Formats: sequence, C-alpha cells, structure tokens
Amino acid sequence: MKHTISVLVENHSGVLSRISGLFSRRGFNIDSLAVGPTQDPTISRITIIADGNEYTVEQIEKQLNKLVEVIKVKTLEKDECLARELLIAKLSVPADKRSEVMTIAEITGAKVMDLTLTTMTLELCDTYSHLKRFEEIIAPYNVIELVRTGTIAISKGADTITAKK
Amino acid sequence: MRMTAAQAIVECLKAENIKVVYGYPGAAICPFYDALLDAKDDIKHVLVRHEANGGHAANGYARISGKPAVCIATSGPGAVNLVTAIATAYADSIPIVCITGQVNTDQIGRDVFQEADITGAAEPFVKHSYLLSDPKDLPRVFKEAFYIAGTGRPGPVLIDIPMDVQKAEIDFEYPESVSIRGYKPSSKGNYNQIKRVLSALESAEKPLICIGGGVFASNAQNEICKLAEIMQIPVITTMMGISVFSDENPLFFGMLGMHGVASANRAVNDCDVLFLVGARVGDRAVRTPLTLEKTTKILHIDIDPAEIGKNVGADYPLVGDAKLVLQDMLQMAKPMEHKEWINHLNLSKAKKDFDKAPEGTVNPREFMYKLSKTMPANTIVSADVGQNQIWAATGYKIKDGGRFITSGGMGTMGYSVPAAIGAKMAAPDRPVVVICGDGSFQMEFMELATAIQHGVAIKIVVMTNNRLGMVRELQTNGYNDRQTAVFLDGSPDFIKLANAYGIKSYRVTNDETMDEAIDMLKNSDELCLIEVVVDKMAKTL
Repeated sequence: MKHTISVLVENHSGVLSRISGLFSRRGFNIDSLAVGPTQDPTISRITIIADGNEYTVEQIEKQLNKLVEVIKVKTLEKDECLARELLIAKLSVPADKRSEVMTIAEITGAKVMDLTLTTMTLELCDTYSHLKRFEEIIAPYNVIELVRTGTIAISKGADTITAKK
Repeated sequence: MRMTAAQAIVECLKAENIKVVYGYPGAAICPFYDALLDAKDDIKHVLVRHEANGGHAANGYARISGKPAVCIATSGPGAVNLVTAIATAYADSIPIVCITGQVNTDQIGRDVFQEADITGAAEPFVKHSYLLSDPKDLPRVFKEAFYIAGTGRPGPVLIDIPMDVQKAEIDFEYPESVSIRGYKPSSKGNYNQIKRVLSALESAEKPLICIGGGVFASNAQNEICKLAEIMQIPVITTMMGISVFSDENPLFFGMLGMHGVASANRAVNDCDVLFLVGARVGDRAVRTPLTLEKTTKILHIDIDPAEIGKNVGADYPLVGDAKLVLQDMLQMAKPMEHKEWINHLNLSKAKKDFDKAPEGTVNPREFMYKLSKTMPANTIVSADVGQNQIWAATGYKIKDGGRFITSGGMGTMGYSVPAAIGAKMAAPDRPVVVICGDGSFQMEFMELATAIQHGVAIKIVVMTNNRLGMVRELQTNGYNDRQTAVFLDGSPDFIKLANAYGIKSYRVTNDETMDEAIDMLKNSDELCLIEVVVDKMAKTL
C-alpha cells in the first residue's frame, strides 16, 4: 500500500542523505521523494511516497523521528490530503500529428510548453494516478524524454503540520 | 573569550568534565593536540595503538562512569579505523563523542591526502554527526553532541573538524543549555499506561522480567531489583543486561537466547506475561518473536519508541525512561508470591558439576565458575566475542555489585582489552578482568603497551585452543564438520609475549595450575595475564 509521509526537517546540507540512507538501510521502498523549502527558510519539507504495510509505515515514522534533524513526521491519509505532481514530456511529433496531440492536451488539461518543427513538450500538474493515465495516453506518440517531480502533498481543510516552537 | 577553535574544543571538554580522552594523532588533528598539551593537567590523553581501540576504551569508560566519554582520531584512515568502534557503541547504545580531524575546508571533496568522508561513512552508525564548517558553531555543536550522546537512548556522536576550522579564532562561550527542536527525548512514561502495565503484571500467574542493556543506560538497576523482590517475579537478562541482577539472587534465572541457559529459555517459554525492560528482543535473544507474541502477553518499556513493536509486538507498549517508569511502578506495587512458578523454574537450573577436561586442558566453564568465586564482588568483567564471551556470560557468576561488559549487539572481536582499559580508568579501585580468546586477543594485544604506559592494571585471561572456536563449532554442527579458516597456527607463545611486554603471566593446563593462576590474578596489583588452555573441540554450551 502507498503512504504519503510529510517530513519537516532542518534546512541543512546532509539531511537528505541521512533520510535516503535510512530508507535504503532499513529496506523501506520509496516511490518518490520531493524536497523544497517552506515558508520558514530554516525548515525544508520532504514528501515521501512509500510502499509497505502498516508495520513498515509505523517503523518509517519512528525511525525518521529518531533523526535529530527531523522536526516532525506525519503520514497524510489518502482522502484527507491534496497531492500534486508535475510531469514534463517531450514528444517527437511530425506536423501532421500536431493537432491530435493538441486535442489530447486540451482534454487532459496538459499545456504545451514548447514547440519545434519536430517536437512538442507538454506539462501536466495533477495527481499521481492522473499522471499515470496521461503517460499511457501519450505513450503511442513517441515520447523521447519524460520527467516527473515526485508528489508533494498538504492536508485538506484547516489542518497544518508545523514545527513546535 | 578570544581563542582558537582548537583551544575552544579543550574548553568544551573541560566544561563537560572530561578527565581522559583516548586518541591517536595525525596531521589533520594536530591543532587540537597542540591545544590539548596546554591542558595536560586537566585532561589526560591516552595514546591507544589503534583508533578502533580508542573508541572501545571510551566505550568501556562510558559504561562504567555512566557518562559520555571521548575518543579522537585524525582524518582519513584514522577516522575510518574508528568506524568499527562507532558501530559497536551504536549497537549497544553507549554514549561516546568521537572527534575527528578533517582536511582543510577548501580541500574537501578533492580526494586529497588522508581525506575520507567520515560523516558519510559513519552515518548508519551514529546517533548524530556534525561536519563543522563554521568555527563559530563549535561551542554549540559540542554542547549538543554531549547532550545527544548521553540523553534519551544513548549513542555515539561524531564531530568532524577541518584543520582550518581548528585554527580559526573565535569568541568562546560555552552554552548553558541546549535547544534542538528535532530532539526531545521522552522520559516520563504515560501514567495510565504504567498502571495498566502494573496491573497486567499483577494479574499474571507466571510473570517474568527480562532485563536488557537499557536498565544500565537509565541507571535503573536498583529500581528493577526492588520491583522483582516486592512482586517476587523471576528475572532473566539479555547479554546486555547481565550483572543488573546478582547470580546469587534466588529470583535470577540467567541469560536467555541462542547461547543462553536452559532455565532462562524455559522461563520465556513457560511464562504468561513477559515484562521487557530496555531490551530490544534481538535475534540472538529470541529467535521466534512471532511465536512469543502469540503465546505470551508482552509488556515492553523502552525509551526509544522505534524499539517497541520493531522485533516483537507488545500488548502493553510503554515509552519512557526505565528508571522513572519503575519508580512510578514501585509507588504502587504490592507484595506478591509466585512460589509455584519459581519452584517450577528451579527445576531447570543447571547443576554445578563439570566434566573432566582432556589431559593438558581445563574445563572453561569450571574455570569461569572458580574465577568468579575467587574475585571480589565488585569486579568488572570485560568479555570479548566468541566462545569466551558465552563461557564468561553464563559461567562467571556475578555477585552483588559486579559488572559485566561486552560487545553485545555488534559482536566486535578485539573489544575486551581496550574496553577494560577504559573501565579500569573510570573505576581505578575496582578489579577489571578481561576474558578473551586466542583469536580476539590477537586483534587487541597491541593495547598491552597502552595499559603499561598508563599504569592500567587490568587482569587478562586468554582462553586458548588455537581455534576460532565458535566458528569451528558452527562448521562442526552446520557444515558437516568441514573446518576451514579457523586454525590459529602461527600464534605467538602468549607467555613469551607477556614476557616481551614485561608483565607477569601464567599458563593454566590443569586443575592445580588453575587455582594458582586464579590466586595470582586476584592478588596482582599490576597488569597480568593468564593463558587458559582449553580443548580444541570445547563446546560453547
């Protein structure tokens, strides 16, 4: 089962290597990991999508909490969070296929970022499962490069994850 | 006050009341050593003969003093040599602070001479680590390092300091307090949960207490012993918990596990409620935790929330410092009786008759037994790893006030001699006995020089059979007796070796010489060594 884990960490060099090291060392599987600064410049937020049963996710939380530079760990319930991921795909598209790809972009909500005589570059920001479907749809159109950011997520409603003072 | 960062390190160590450090110098740590020379009246530097042994010596010192101890190494190979000691301390939750020199900041990452990414290499084995890039951070980093090492679940902390940082000038002021927002170790247990744990223990018909190394870490020996006495609950220990309870106590049933004693394993098997105190239920202690979960109600105190439910599911988890939790329990505990259950366990207690050893050898269990009967109660035993460790763990009968230390989690050979040096320096008035084998001794005997240089009078017992006995036994039992790579041919004559170091020694080959040697060991005020010859096919259990 997939779990979305939000981790607030000190914005220090080396924190990411401690966290990724912990995952590989303890045999936890990561689907994606995204990291960036928060409204507080001393704190970074890492969103991890991990695969595993209840025991595993409990151990991940506890082991993360043991790291001195980890300030807060919270697993976001699937239905209680807003999650997004950005995908950019470069397609090799001959002129006669351009409008077909444009239609797909329109329907799926993807944007054309860049256009050349031979290629089209699309971006789509959506949930993990929508992006997966989008990948399937564009697969027949000669995808020559594809890159994704990994999921970031935040709780729905007024709930927040903040560092205790 | 204005001073170099190197001088500031010395001031930090003084502020932490560090009296002795174990180290090995090199170019990248020279600024610190230069500053340390000016403080030689306050801080004694012990030059070990290998960096790992500096870490083990600090480990032994920390266990006996109950406070973080310090070891030092230079950059590159010095630092990397320390990794085994760091991992050993981590596995046993021992508070040590390791200071390593690093190449100049502007050279980091260029693979210069004696450069190693030690914070990277040690990362899996440290509680926390610092690569100090700004000299101004030094006082705070040291304050934090000692705090992190010694609080919560203790463990090793590494501070890696580039040479140019050591030379930089700073305004020194040692912080009075620590505030780390990501590190707030829990201490007091949840009161309602404590009550539930106690009532589960009270309602048990066949309760059992299993003590781990966490009881030493929280200094809760008295509390757990009192609780067991009041409630009349039988007690067993893991290897790390040995010597919390005296072997002479009728409630005590020994060490459990793969190499444990029958009575302890019988107790785990037959109890209905198992109360784990600072024990992590490692694989050598409990081989089938899933079975145990199903048949036994498990109460588990640990200061580390991650230990609860990691290896064994707990019916009553309780996060907190064992000492504080047990103090709360003692407030409420009522006297109880479990005579039938204790009588049942007494049936599986081993009898003390020893098989006659083959000609020219002695029975190692008999030796341990006699040694323990002769040595004073407050003796510290430092056991190495291998058959010698198990003979010591199960054969040496601990009296009230005794102490047993060993590398329990990592199982690091070559631990016992340097750890004993540290232990003896932390408690100069207590006898310290090393138990090691001819395999492990050859990983550590260079530290005899350290002991001589600093007048550290430890008593060393080398059990010899020219074999790596535990591996030999594994090959005998698990690999059709295809013995390979376990023969220690080429080993020195250990008596001549002792002579070369100028220390008293004695070889034991039969029962008569055994008694004489043990007396010599007991009465010697100086560093001494006895070699105890055991059969090449001697069994662990």
